[in-house]
Amino acid sequence: MSPNPLRSQTRLAWIQKNLLNNWFNSLLTICLGCLLVYGGVGFCHWALKSAKWGVIPTNLPLFLVGRFPADQYWRIWLLAVLLAGLSGCTWGMLASAAPRLFSPFNLVAVALAALTMVLFPLPEGNGVLVRGTLLALLLLLLATSWIAYRAHRGRPALARWLSPAWGLMFLVGFWLMVGGLGLPAVSSTTWGGLLLTLFMSLISIALSFPFGVLLALGRQSTLPLIRWLSTLYIEIVRGIPLIAVLFMALIMIPLFLPGNWRLDLVLRAILGLTLFTAAYLAETVRGGLQAIPKGQYEAASSLGLNTPLCLGLIVLPQALKISIPAIVGLFIALIQDTTLVSIVGLFDLLGMSRSILANPLFIGRYAEVYLFIGIFYWAICYAMSQGSRYLERQLNQVK
Amino acid sequence: MRRLGLLAAALSLTIAACSGTTTPGPKATTGGEAATATAKSRLTTIKERGKLICGVEGTIPGFSFVDPSGKYSGLDVDICRAVAAAVFGTSDNIDSKIEYRNLDSTARFPALQNGEVDMLSRNTTWTISRDAAGGNGLEFAPTTFYDGQGVMVSKASGIKKFADLKGKSVCVETGTTTELNLASRAKEAGITINEVKFQDSNAAAAAYTEGRCEGFTSDRSQLAAKRTGLPKPEDNILLDEVLSKEPLGPVTVNNDSAWFDVVKWVTYGLFQAEEFGITQANVDQKLKDPSPDVQNFLGVQGELGQQLGLSKDFMAKAIKVTGNYGEIFERNVGAKSPLKIDRGLNKLWSKGGLVYSPPFR
Repeated sequence: MSPNPLRSQTRLAWIQKNLLNNWFNSLLTICLGCLLVYGGVGFCHWALKSAKWGVIPTNLPLFLVGRFPADQYWRIWLLAVLLAGLSGCTWGMLASAAPRLFSPFNLVAVALAALTMVLFPLPEGNGVLVRGTLLALLLLLLATSWIAYRAHRGRPALARWLSPAWGLMFLVGFWLMVGGLGLPAVSSTTWGGLLLTLFMSLISIALSFPFGVLLALGRQSTLPLIRWLSTLYIEIVRGIPLIAVLFMALIMIPLFLPGNWRLDLVLRAILGLTLFTAAYLAETVRGGLQAIPKGQYEAASSLGLNTPLCLGLIVLPQALKISIPAIVGLFIALIQDTTLVSIVGLFDLLGMSRSILANPLFIGRYAEVYLFIGIFYWAICYAMSQGSRYLERQLNQVK
Repeated sequence: MRRLGLLAAALSLTIAACSGTTTPGPKATTGGEAATATAKSRLTTIKERGKLICGVEGTIPGFSFVDPSGKYSGLDVDICRAVAAAVFGTSDNIDSKIEYRNLDSTARFPALQNGEVDMLSRNTTWTISRDAAGGNGLEFAPTTFYDGQGVMVSKASGIKKFADLKGKSVCVETGTTTELNLASRAKEAGITINEVKFQDSNAAAAAYTEGRCEGFTSDRSQLAAKRTGLPKPEDNILLDEVLSKEPLGPVTVNNDSAWFDVVKWVTYGLFQAEEFGITQANVDQKLKDPSPDVQNFLGVQGELGQQLGLSKDFMAKAIKVTGNYGEIFERNVGAKSPLKIDRGLNKLWSKGGLVYSPPFR
């Protein structure tokens, strides 16, 4: 996707220059074009004629929140409202350096989102209410981002509250999902679908990051015991497939626990995912650490910084910046690895789909269902990679 | 490096030592469980907990799946619900008293043995190696679904019985007992069948749909499920012959008779209810039935329930939740479901099937 070098050129000329400049390229273009059109027509024919999409709207709540009790859906909605508001603020503040908040690309994305919300088939009943709420959420996102964009220009110190706000958001979100403190409790066994996939991914990412960094530092440590233990952990965990780790979380953990003590299933899965990802993350971060020239350490110690300060202020910020693409790659892999948790009996997005497909009314709807959840996985992973690219650009600007 | 090597050697020794000590572990634990079982049955644990944890498969059409309202549903699930109703002595809001756990075929036995789940109700074939104490050491409650390998053909092909498959091609999943069974049954019948092999059952089904083979073989319940996904389900039939035995039923661990008896007799009770003609709809009227057998069964008199450690009307509660076995069958996999599986061997013994309950007295 290289940008067009000659902007004055018309699109037609660009096509001629890049796709049809000699007989071989022309042939290639035409053949591939035909293939694409053939495939596209075939897909559209299937999607419009033979596909039976009824399975999606009927089971939409299952896909999104699993078996979460229906009378408690308002908690998920509230969570969505809070998330939309805070995401808007974050977006507005992060984009405050940019001359415009809403680039054409963003506007197109927003329009597409709104269109999806209006046109997407919903289960019978309160369709209008749901669509209205969704549109209101989108509006909230745009409004808060606009307000934050303006506010941040006036008072840049506001950005400092962003991290604590997200921390608070996490606690509130957790409270809304689990219950307690005045709310009726919701067992984690009823969580499922997109909600569970996102929950597990986010918590595992948040936990494995510090743990992985510590392991990477441990492996670089001059203290032999710490170095050995870190190395041992990393090498052992990296030598075991994730599915085996999850299986052990199911089979082994109950053997260590006394009597009728039972560890929550979701917690077990998160534990498995975290421990596993941390080992890989440690090696990624170690790569970053090794890329830091020795002079940086020496300069830090000549300034009189002790080891924690040297690591915290000089080495880690640089090392982590170098490792961002690899770390994000790991996290994307982690999100996709969450599909393995169905082995411990959890209904993540994929597990839920398999159960829905076992409903005698929806047998054989594999293509429709898998395509639908594929879009979700793609959207999550694409959003993550976009976010990381944005982060990289920001960090490079500072330099 | 050398020190590291030593460390690794020491570590592998430790691991070997650990595994050495744990090899007799399962037996030791079973023994331990036996000791605790006499002290405290799982039945007591379940009552104290107030929840039954039931291991299901979760993705088998008609047997266990989640319906659009988020409720578990299916034949296997109904067995869990009947047991829960009997144990807790209530028919109200029974789904809130059951926690379902989805288990795949690798996780099912470990999960049962380490107490993750109280019982399995998930398409588990009853075999000697699974039942024997030296094998998996499980207890099999009465079979709730006699499955078996079958053959699906199209009506238009004119094939009526297995022998008609002579010289015809049959789609089969390779590397399974299904494939072996087909070959040996063909040999017994003295016919040659052209096997068209596929790596997975979906591919085999797709090939059958496209007409690449005249027949398609798999477990009969699977065939019935696959049939509903075909463009014209009604144009395909299952042959009456059954090529293998697959008795499927609920499972508990060895050495806990009190709990096993509950699962066993609730299952028998569902059979017996069908024999008595007691249904979900008429169970309340049947309480007034003058027959002493029915009165004993429903707990109007006698103390059959107490002998199991349950309330005396345990079967009345169970039937109120799920109906009798026949109702469960028809609703989930039989004529009233899209699967339309013929009852076949799963008919009552009095109607030529294998479903038979010892007397309740």
